[in-house]
Amino acid sequence: MSRIDRRNFIKTSGSLLAIGAASGAALLPGLASAEDSVKLGLLHSLSGTIAIAEASLVDAEKMAIEEINASGGVMGKKIEAVIEDGASDNAVFAEKARKLLERDKVAAIVGCYTSASRKAVLPALSKANGLLYYPTYYEGQEEDKHVIYTSQEATQSVIAAIEWMAREKGKTFFFVGSDYIYPRTCNKIAKPTVARLGGKVVGEEYAPLGHTEFSSIINKIKAAKPDCIYSTVVGGSNVAFYKQLRAAGLDGAKQTLLSTVVSENEIEGIGKDNAVGYYACMGYFQSLKNPANERFVKAFKAKYGQERAIGDPMECAYNSVYLWKAGVEKAKSFDPVKVAAASGGIQLDAPEGLVRVHATNHHVWKKVRVGKALPDGQFEIVWESPSLIEPNPFPKV
Amino acid sequence: MNLDIAAMQVFNGISLFTILLLMSIGLAIVFGLMGVINMAHGELMALGAYMTYLTSVAFERYAPHWMGVYLFVAIPFAFLVTFAFGYVLERGFIRFFYNRPLDTLLATWGLSLILQQTYRSVFGAQEVSVPLPVWLSGAWEPIQGIQLPLTRLFIIGLTLVVAVGVYFLLNRTRWGLRVRAVMQNRAMSGAVGINTKQVDAMTFALGSGLAGIAGCVFTMIGSTNPGTGQIYIVDSFIVVVFGGVQSLLGTAFSAFTIAQSQTLLEYLMSGSMARVTILLLVIVVLYFRPNGLFATKSRS
Repeated sequence: MSRIDRRNFIKTSGSLLAIGAASGAALLPGLASAEDSVKLGLLHSLSGTIAIAEASLVDAEKMAIEEINASGGVMGKKIEAVIEDGASDNAVFAEKARKLLERDKVAAIVGCYTSASRKAVLPALSKANGLLYYPTYYEGQEEDKHVIYTSQEATQSVIAAIEWMAREKGKTFFFVGSDYIYPRTCNKIAKPTVARLGGKVVGEEYAPLGHTEFSSIINKIKAAKPDCIYSTVVGGSNVAFYKQLRAAGLDGAKQTLLSTVVSENEIEGIGKDNAVGYYACMGYFQSLKNPANERFVKAFKAKYGQERAIGDPMECAYNSVYLWKAGVEKAKSFDPVKVAAASGGIQLDAPEGLVRVHATNHHVWKKVRVGKALPDGQFEIVWESPSLIEPNPFPKV
Repeated sequence: MNLDIAAMQVFNGISLFTILLLMSIGLAIVFGLMGVINMAHGELMALGAYMTYLTSVAFERYAPHWMGVYLFVAIPFAFLVTFAFGYVLERGFIRFFYNRPLDTLLATWGLSLILQQTYRSVFGAQEVSVPLPVWLSGAWEPIQGIQLPLTRLFIIGLTLVVAVGVYFLLNRTRWGLRVRAVMQNRAMSGAVGINTKQVDAMTFALGSGLAGIAGCVFTMIGSTNPGTGQIYIVDSFIVVVFGGVQSLLGTAFSAFTIAQSQTLLEYLMSGSMARVTILLLVIVVLYFRPNGLFATKSRS
């Protein structure tokens, strides 16, 4: 008689369980097995300094995936999300992108927030012929065949924002930004725009990233008395900048200030009171009135809580998953090269309205809006571009 | 530069001086007096900031009509919590690393990462918004054209109170005498009957508590997020090292010098260049005076 010892018991029961599970799966057609699902990588910072802005993008992406799965998946396959944490560290981003592409064999990645993290994953994408959907507004100056850029590049928001301010608020401008590539590129684009409109730039200041002492810059603004401030201050600095502007008496009622980086999510940290009356120029605002957006906001709040705010990058992250789905369906293949090739011209009825992938440059045509911050932390849309704006990642300035 | 702006720049210099002083006074005790390189000092400030946030939330929920004075509850609360945390930290962690400065550096850096991730898990990765009492918003306008932000006036006043308080505590009380004795000669202090372990823990806790106060008031001018402490830690170390460790007066003088040059330079050049110039200035001074501006002369 064979004795059942522990090891044997585990072995036998393990294989019995496996058989049971396999037959169970075969009996239940709804249960996905490896063959009828496709992997999509979500690569964002869930920890570290950038997680402030980036972690909520994953929520929007997960929601898009669930919606698609609930309505039948992509070409009959369920999407399986593989979530990785870039940990606000560019080297980790590169490593995780390699892992997603080579080990998990994901069909595409939706991910990255900072340009530095995107640049860090490019080699991995190029080596594995992968495809990245990049959902954040950025400075342009890039057009990689392995990346689809789903938010606005700088020219799309900056030119519209400067034109709107010159038309509505006055023609002398003061530029304030954090000292890195995005603000410097935006201001490089803004300057000729101001000149073309017959305006004048009366000051241009950059504060080191993370700077919290804006009193000297505010005094320079007071001395220059500009009609409009164009701000590209980012991150925690923004909180300090807005608070100190208000304390110095330059609140939204007295001073026009427009930012191309402050969305509803940033306002939560800045404090609703501190942002009231200041403007932002974005592709998406949560307060947009259209059926697609109302559905999107309602679903998001039902899933993640009524108090959550939805900003531009979150909506672009949500769109990214749908743009990938549309690309796959048009290419009739999950092959990233074919999906990228098929993506040009794809249209999507997104929460922000119609967006269209550019025929050649991998960015999207989209409308941009100017919103005025209200006491409840939402934006009142005061202007909308009359038509879709063409992306132009390499402007001649 | 017209006169109004010049006056406001001078005010900014004074304001930044008090901010830097408040920021570094806790570190001046922990690092300056005790010689503990606490890389998690910034996270203690963040702890103070989060305690302020919790106080404001509690007031909003349970006593909305007392919102105007919540800050006066938040400051002692932030102090007590960080004080207690500092005490536990010293007893349970820091004391095992005395006389091992390099290990302390790594261990406290690790601690700082752990604390940051803890804040992220507990309070969320997003910044939290700490409301400003109504009476502190806006600016005081003594003369037409000169606006002095009330928050900064408040910080100036509070820093004066804290700095004078710390000075008296260390130089005019028996407890302060014991602290100074232990820091100057541990063996001899022990020999004359001072409980040096108790003094260590209390001193570290005091330094931590002061960081909590700093974190509390900085919610008025800056952001509160899990990484907030990182913004302040470097400046704090610069101020303490530049002033000469072991000297509170040196810390004050160093904060003043750095603040005045920074506001002046920031007005004359770009923010980044001003920062570079300040750091160069600090390096040059430390090259000629390696022990900082106010070095204590000792026989060792």
